[in-house]
Amino acid sequence: MFGSNIDWTTVAEAAGDTLLMLVASLAITVILGLPLGVALYATGRGRILENRVVNALLSFVVNVLRSVPFIILLIVMLPVTVLLVGTSLGVAGAIPPLVVGAAPFYARLVETALREVERGMIEATQAMGGTTWQIVRRVLLPEALPGLIAGATVTAIALVGYTAMAGVVGAGGLGDLAIRFGYQRFQTDVMVVTVVLLLVIVQILQVLGDRWVARVSHR
Amino acid sequence: MIRLEGVTRRFRSPAGVRLALDGVDLTVAAGEVFGVVGRSGAGKSTLVRTLNLLERPDAGRVWVDDQDLMGLNPAALRAARRRIGMIFQHFNLLHSRTIRDNIALPLVLDGRSRVEIASRVDELMERLGLIEHARKHPAQLSGGQKQRVGIARALACEPSILLCDEATSALDPETTEEILALLDQLNLDLGLTLVLITHEMEVVRRVCDKVAVMEAGKIVETGATADVFLKPQTQATRSLLAEGESRTATPRPVGGTVARLVFRGERTFEPVLSRVSRETGVDHAILAGRIGRFRDQAYGQLEVAFAGGDPQVAIARLRAEGVEVEVVS
Ligand SMILES: Nc1ncnc2c1ncn2[C@@H]1O[C@H](COP(=O)(O)OP(=O)(O)OP(=O)(O)O)[C@@H](O)[C@H]1O
Ligand SMILES: [Mg+2]
Repeated sequence: MFGSNIDWTTVAEAAGDTLLMLVASLAITVILGLPLGVALYATGRGRILENRVVNALLSFVVNVLRSVPFIILLIVMLPVTVLLVGTSLGVAGAIPPLVVGAAPFYARLVETALREVERGMIEATQAMGGTTWQIVRRVLLPEALPGLIAGATVTAIALVGYTAMAGVVGAGGLGDLAIRFGYQRFQTDVMVVTVVLLLVIVQILQVLGDRWVARVSHR
Repeated sequence: MIRLEGVTRRFRSPAGVRLALDGVDLTVAAGEVFGVVGRSGAGKSTLVRTLNLLERPDAGRVWVDDQDLMGLNPAALRAARRRIGMIFQHFNLLHSRTIRDNIALPLVLDGRSRVEIASRVDELMERLGLIEHARKHPAQLSGGQKQRVGIARALACEPSILLCDEATSALDPETTEEILALLDQLNLDLGLTLVLITHEMEVVRRVCDKVAVMEAGKIVETGATADVFLKPQTQATRSLLAEGESRTATPRPVGGTVARLVFRGERTFEPVLSRVSRETGVDHAILAGRIGRFRDQAYGQLEVAFAGGDPQVAIARLRAEGVEVEVVS
């Protein structure tokens, strides 16, 4: 009978692990990706801290990390992960590869959001005697906030997919459940339940993200 | 006071090097309303942007209130910029801040205390009639209201100079007039030096004491507004002035002596022409004309054809009455 294989305690635990991985990796991704994105933007051509060398270097690193398929990143990162968090397993072991996969992605979204801020606003602030740091903190980040939140939403949703993949290398969570039971043991009902749960998480993230964007947008 | 000496600015682009400013010398006295006009691409914006060094000249010097801006270190330059307000065609208000917080921004950047910021912002909103909009965001305001906010923000740090780059170009004629009246009043009340960049000659006529005409990165003509407008010395000025005139004013060819008369000040409103006509017996036909006001005086410009009697007698009498006469044919 459909549903006979489902152990709801295991499912709940897995969902909890997925959410934990998501929240922790998203937080660290934003903390690292935001300054990286600001640096990519600010050192760009004709921007407030134009610097070709730094920009080319950052851009190269970001491109390299973004071009590596996440599944490969998971494997390549193993030794580094062990070094960082002491294990490559479980929620803790998943976070370093998730962050390394998502932070460059978020940084690009941050860069794009900052580029949308009209130059006139930056000039007006310079004309007021603002410092570069004041321009970043008081103008660029607040003006780009809707874009930064929308970018975080997209990143969070990408991370949901990544956590499922991280399940393959023993991270646990819903992806792990789907693969171990749903795929390897042909328990279709487990597969369906996990996929539905992932879908619900994605849906909720999108709705919350959109609402937040609407609230901070004053255009 | 503002003084530019030999200011030159080049822009390199794939199409080649463009000389946006070509050795510009300029002096604007304290408390003056100074207009800069010219065609699109003449270098007006580049010029006004060098006055607070948003654009750094490749050569030349920029003095503002006896400070050599180009010799200042970054911190001193930022301090100098606080003494120079600036408003923009598209206002450049921050969407993320309320009207109140937009006006407060320069004070926040300057590290003023909360109490001081609150009282200064209140004072500015009161003065510019913005109190009811304090908690709104810029998107909820009309163009004229946004420019008022821009002006309030520019005045926050009590500058001695206000730079206006096409500040009324995005506004309808009525709102333009309202903003110009406001700028005019600020100049009178605060002794604020105004530098007004515009391509609308009417704006200059209405508020500027002096005007500079730019063409291809150079100032080709400068002087008191009335002098430049009534006696343009260059083709550039003449063609800018001609643009505002209606084409129907072009007279058809007539015989006899044709002359251009210029009346200034109170003369404009006196029946000089008919009096001279009666006393000399020389009649006249008005071919084209315009009566208007500069900031400081009224003026009349008439093109007339004399008929009957001796036109020279009439011309001499008109000159004796203080009318400027230029014989065209
Ligand atoms: N940042 C820039 N890079 C390259 N060229 C520039 C730059 N800024 C201005 N220019 C060029 O310099 C010249 C003068 O430009 P400027 O904006 O000062 O003209 P303007 O008189 O203000 O014109 P408009 O009435 O259209 O605003 C133009 O040919 C313009 O293309
Ligand atoms: Mg311009």
